[in-house]
Amino acid sequence: MLIEKEQDVVPFRNRVKEHAVKIGMSLLNQTKLITAASELVRNMLKYAGGGVAIIEVISQGRDNGIRLIFQDQGPGIKDIPQAMKDGFSTGKSLGLGLPGTKRLVSEFDIKSKEGEGTTVTIIKWKNG
Amino acid sequence: MDRIPILRMGKFLLVTIQIDLYDRLATNLETDLVQMVSKTGARGVLIDISALSIVDSFMGRILGNIGSMSKIMDAETVVVGMQPAVAITLIELGLELKGVHTALNVEKGMELLTTKIGSYEDEELEEDEISPE
Amino acid sequence: MKIDIARLLQKKRSQILENWMTNQLADAGLREDLMSNDDLREQSDELLTNFLNIISDKNIGDSQSSDFEPVYEILSGISMSRARQGYSPRETGVYVFSLKDALLRTLQTELKDDPGAMIEAVLKINRLMDSMGIITFETFIKGREEVILRQTDEITEISTPVIRVWDGILALPIIGTLDSARTQVVMESLLQEIVESGSTIAILDISGVPAVDSLVAQHLIKTVAATRLMGAECIISGIRPEIAQTVVHLGIDLSNIVTKASLASALRYAYSLLRLEVKKVQNKHLL
Repeated sequence: MLIEKEQDVVPFRNRVKEHAVKIGMSLLNQTKLITAASELVRNMLKYAGGGVAIIEVISQGRDNGIRLIFQDQGPGIKDIPQAMKDGFSTGKSLGLGLPGTKRLVSEFDIKSKEGEGTTVTIIKWKNG
Repeated sequence: MDRIPILRMGKFLLVTIQIDLYDRLATNLETDLVQMVSKTGARGVLIDISALSIVDSFMGRILGNIGSMSKIMDAETVVVGMQPAVAITLIELGLELKGVHTALNVEKGMELLTTKIGSYEDEELEEDEISPE
Repeated sequence: MKIDIARLLQKKRSQILENWMTNQLADAGLREDLMSNDDLREQSDELLTNFLNIISDKNIGDSQSSDFEPVYEILSGISMSRARQGYSPRETGVYVFSLKDALLRTLQTELKDDPGAMIEAVLKINRLMDSMGIITFETFIKGREEVILRQTDEITEISTPVIRVWDGILALPIIGTLDSARTQVVMESLLQEIVESGSTIAILDISGVPAVDSLVAQHLIKTVAATRLMGAECIISGIRPEIAQTVVHLGIDLSNIVTKASLASALRYAYSLLRLEVKKVQNKHLL
C-alpha cells in the first residue's frame, strides 16, 4: 500500500486492523500493533515524505502473526542505536516513536542507509 | 473542511471525538479548542475519547498540548473514557499524558471538573471576603 | 524365488492381530482402567487392517513413502488421545512395539525355510515399525504439550481474579511471580473491570508476590500509570518489610504511587477518598 499523504494513515490503520481481526488477534494486541503501525507511517511521512507499506499474515508453528514492512526512500537514519534511545528525536516530537514502537511489537528490525532510505520490519504474534 | 464540533455547556467546553483522527483534524482541534477557551472564558475542557480505538504518540501529544495550553489560560482539561487497550498501549509506548486529568466517563469527568473549579472559586470568594477588611 | 512379504502378512492378518493382542494383554502395565479390552482390540484391528491394506511390495522398504500417511495419521490420533488420557510413554511405546513383535514372529514362522528372505523381510519390517515408533512418540509428546499449554492458559486465567470490594472499589490480589506476560493479563482484566463496574479506585495487593525486583516494580508502576490514564486511582497494598527493604536498596522510586502496608489500610484509605465512613453500630435495634 502506497503512503503519500496524511489522509492515507487512517485507511492504512483500518487495513491493518482487518488483517489482525482475521487471524483472531486479541483487542489489546490489535491496538498495540495498529499504534505501532501508526507511529511508523507517521515517521515515514514526516522524514521521507511517504513510502510503501506492506501487510502480510505469517505463521510459525502454531502461532499466527502479522508482519508489516515500511520502506521509504528518505534521508535515512544516521545513528540507529541513538535513534532507538528514549527521548531522542531530530524532529520536534517526544522522541518516543522508535523505541516505543519496539516495545509494542514482538519483533522489530530496522535497516537504514544514509541518503538511500529506511526499511523497518515489525512482527506481532497473535499471542505475543 | 472537516472539524470536530465543540459544544459549550455553561463554564465547560465539551468535545466528543467520534472518528479516528488524521493529523490535520487533530491539529485543527487543538487550535479551535484553545481559541474557544479564550473566547468563552471556559473554566473546564472535557474531551471524550471513548470512541477512539487508537491513540498514538501524535494524538497523545495533541491531548497533552491541549491540557497545557488550557492550563495557562486557567482552564482544566479532563480526558474521559479511554479504552483499556489504549491505556495499556500508551503506557507501553511511554506516554503518560502529563497535564491532563482523566476520568472514567463523561459523568465522572463533569464531577471532577465541577469540584476542581468549585474549590478554586471558593478560594477566590474567601479572598474577596478578606480583602476589603 | 522372491517372496511377497506384503501379501504374506495380509494373509496372516488375524493371526498377527491375535499375537499382538496376546502381547499387549501379557504386558503388566496394561491399563484396563483407561480402556476396555474390547476397545483396545477394535483400535488395534483398525490400525493393523489399514497398515496391511497399504503395504505392498513396492513401498515396504520405504518408510517415508506417502502411501503410509493414512496409517501414520491413525497412529498419531491414537497416540494423541493416549497422551490426553494419561497413559505413560512406556505404555504407549509397548502398544507399537508389541505389533512389531507380532509381525516379526509371523515372518519367522512363515519364512523359516528361507533364512535369506527372512532376514531381508525382518529388516524391512523393522525399519518400518521403528519409524512408526518414532511417530508415536513425537505425537505423544505433542499431545502432552497441548495438555500443558491448556493448563498454563487456565492458570493465568484463574490467578487474576478481580474482586469488587465495595461500590467503586476493586481489589486484585496478585499471587506468584509477576512477569511481563502476567502483568499484561493483570492490567487487562483490571482495566476491563474498572470500565465495567465504573470503579474509581483499584487496590493491587502484592502480599502474594514472593519478591519485587526492579522489573516487577516497573510492571507495577506501569499498571498504576495505566489505571490513572483511565481515570481511576490505584493503591498498592501488602508491602512486606522485606519488600520495602529491597525496593529501597534497589533505588526504586515508588513515591508517585500510593502504597499501604495491608489491604485493610488500603481499604480505609479508599473509603476516605470516597468520603465513606465505617462505624460500629451503637443502636441495638439494628441487630
